[in-house]
Amino acid sequence: MLEIRNLRARAGGKEILNGIDLTVRAGEVHAIMGPNGSGKSTLAHVLAGRESVEVTGGEVLYEGKNLLDLGPEMRAREGIFLAFQYPVEIPGVSNMYLLKAALNAIRKHRGQPELDAIEFLAMVKERMKLVEIDQGLLNRAVNEGFSGGEKKRNEIFQMAVLDPRLAILDETDSGLDIDALRVVAGGVNALRGPGRAMIVITHYQRLLNHIVPDRVHVLAQGRIVTTGGRELALRLEEKGYAGIGNDTHGAAAPAGVS
Amino acid sequence: MPEIREGIEPYLEAFARLREEPSDGNGWLARRREEAMARFAARGFPTTREEAWRYTSLQALVRSRFELRPAPRPEALTPALFEQLTFEPWDCTHLVFLNGRFAPGLSRIAKLPPGVRLTSLARAIRDDRDFVEEHLGRAADGSERSLTDLNLAFTTDGMFLHVPRGTVLQDPIHALFVSMSDGAAAMSHPHNLIVVEEGSQATVVESYAGIGPAAYLTNAVTEVVAHSNAVVDHYRLEREQTSAFHLSLVEARLDRSAVFSSQAIALGGRLVRQDVRVVLDGEGAECTLNGLSVLDGDQHVDNHTFIDHARPHGTSRELYKGVLDGRSRGVFDGTIVVRPEAQKSDARQVNRNLLLSEEALADSKPTLQIEADDVKCSHAATIGQLEEDALFYLQSRGLGEETARSLLVNAFVSDIVGRIRIEPVRAGLECLLFTRLPRHHGATRVGA
Repeated sequence: MLEIRNLRARAGGKEILNGIDLTVRAGEVHAIMGPNGSGKSTLAHVLAGRESVEVTGGEVLYEGKNLLDLGPEMRAREGIFLAFQYPVEIPGVSNMYLLKAALNAIRKHRGQPELDAIEFLAMVKERMKLVEIDQGLLNRAVNEGFSGGEKKRNEIFQMAVLDPRLAILDETDSGLDIDALRVVAGGVNALRGPGRAMIVITHYQRLLNHIVPDRVHVLAQGRIVTTGGRELALRLEEKGYAGIGNDTHGAAAPAGVS
Repeated sequence: MPEIREGIEPYLEAFARLREEPSDGNGWLARRREEAMARFAARGFPTTREEAWRYTSLQALVRSRFELRPAPRPEALTPALFEQLTFEPWDCTHLVFLNGRFAPGLSRIAKLPPGVRLTSLARAIRDDRDFVEEHLGRAADGSERSLTDLNLAFTTDGMFLHVPRGTVLQDPIHALFVSMSDGAAAMSHPHNLIVVEEGSQATVVESYAGIGPAAYLTNAVTEVVAHSNAVVDHYRLEREQTSAFHLSLVEARLDRSAVFSSQAIALGGRLVRQDVRVVLDGEGAECTLNGLSVLDGDQHVDNHTFIDHARPHGTSRELYKGVLDGRSRGVFDGTIVVRPEAQKSDARQVNRNLLLSEEALADSKPTLQIEADDVKCSHAATIGQLEEDALFYLQSRGLGEETARSLLVNAFVSDIVGRIRIEPVRAGLECLLFTRLPRHHGATRVGA
């Protein structure tokens, strides 16, 4: 579904991604872990099409298409969804309005008829259960005055409504208490399926107790320095990033990183 | 003989011709006009050397020549245009003025509660002489602003509304001013007088528009007197032609516990200066001043507000917003004065500007002048562009860039538009904004 080859990118005048290689197949859940500043969020934003991140090399194929040629809205319509680490507050635009406009833009792109208000509401009601989100929040302006947990729930709720093929969750667990984490993870797990792939970016191993990944990658200084199964995350928990980085640097080098 | 101030000869000449017109035995009015003209001639037009005019030059106006012109033929106002300007299907009282003169054939006055006097100022001057003499030019006496004197010198017509004690006007009253230069460039000096007695309530909408591409000048003054416990909601929709000069003053005096609101929407005009001045002249009076300017091209709109907390326990709330595209310039200059006697005053002022192009310019100058010690006052001003974060967020959900920009701009203006409580006016304004805002965005793509 997604193939990233030697991706390099720069933001704010600094090289952030220094040659990422990653392949994600339909139905898989990949976790990307790494310390602060390793490039996790930059990778997420490059995949979603943020213009302020400049791609300086490499390529990204999404379902065989050159992803980097598409603007952010086309990527969304093609089925990519980014759950933001810091969801943006947009005063004056209601959640429901945004969701309906987004869903209909995506449906139109897929050649599906747009939903009318009644059909949309029925669908929203059904998806709301997934993340136990309060209807009152949906009638308010997008993320305005939401708590951190409410913002993250709202991201997962949007994901549930927009039904992406590739979901990228950027530190969705950061700042959540354990109850909120369970709700958010429950929503994500309910959306796992053979047709959908997920990239779960996290700083903490804790999330992976709730969302069990197929593969775990460790990102450091803009490169994937090691890849493994779920046990890699547990080792990280035990040894910390420093330990893993040293442990694997030598091993990764022969694979031709530099 | 003192030197003749720049640009005032045409006004002196026009005034000399007006002097020849019969005065209907209203000697007092002729005298007041003479006095006002003499004051204007002595002061002339304001210049950018004056602090209150430092952002707005009237040079282009001073160099133009405007004359009092007869009203255009009513047919110039086509049914389609008339429908649009009267917010069809808005079933209410419409007073229509053409080049500043009341046009009874186009106007419609619905049934009003007993004792309410609603007519043209020209008729009120004739039929209600003592009342008009007592009120005209009292709230707005020209001492702060020579343009008010210019208006008073040429005052002949406008809207006159007097609501007696304990009377509630349920339906709004709409006064529509339409200008048209037919041959020579036209000027008009509408003067509106709104007096709402104790415990009464009224809602007034003024709107200003023009026909045709030629330049014209509107120099309007509205005086509002709200007696104790009165409630007055005032709306002003300026949608002049983009060749027009539009100068205006709304001056309101509020007595004890009176409540006044002003919503000033500016969409049109080439050079627009709007002053709103409110004196909270009784204990516990309250005013809300909101404003919205949506500008493009070379438009220049300068909003000045002045709130005078003269008595204790007064409340003022102010929110002005500007959306500036093209090479337009928006100015907000808001002063709040709290007099020594006005303890427990509560004033809040906010000005926010959204720049949609590189060349648009906003100036914001809030001033608090507090002479009492037990008050709550705050002000805030921002000038910014659409946030890249918000744009990216919306696009990442599948919304096209144009749609996302339009949505954010509409969201920016929504709190002002949402406060318009007259449904046909709000719907009409939303419609106007809808046709204007998306068009803007095509021309102002960022980057690519």
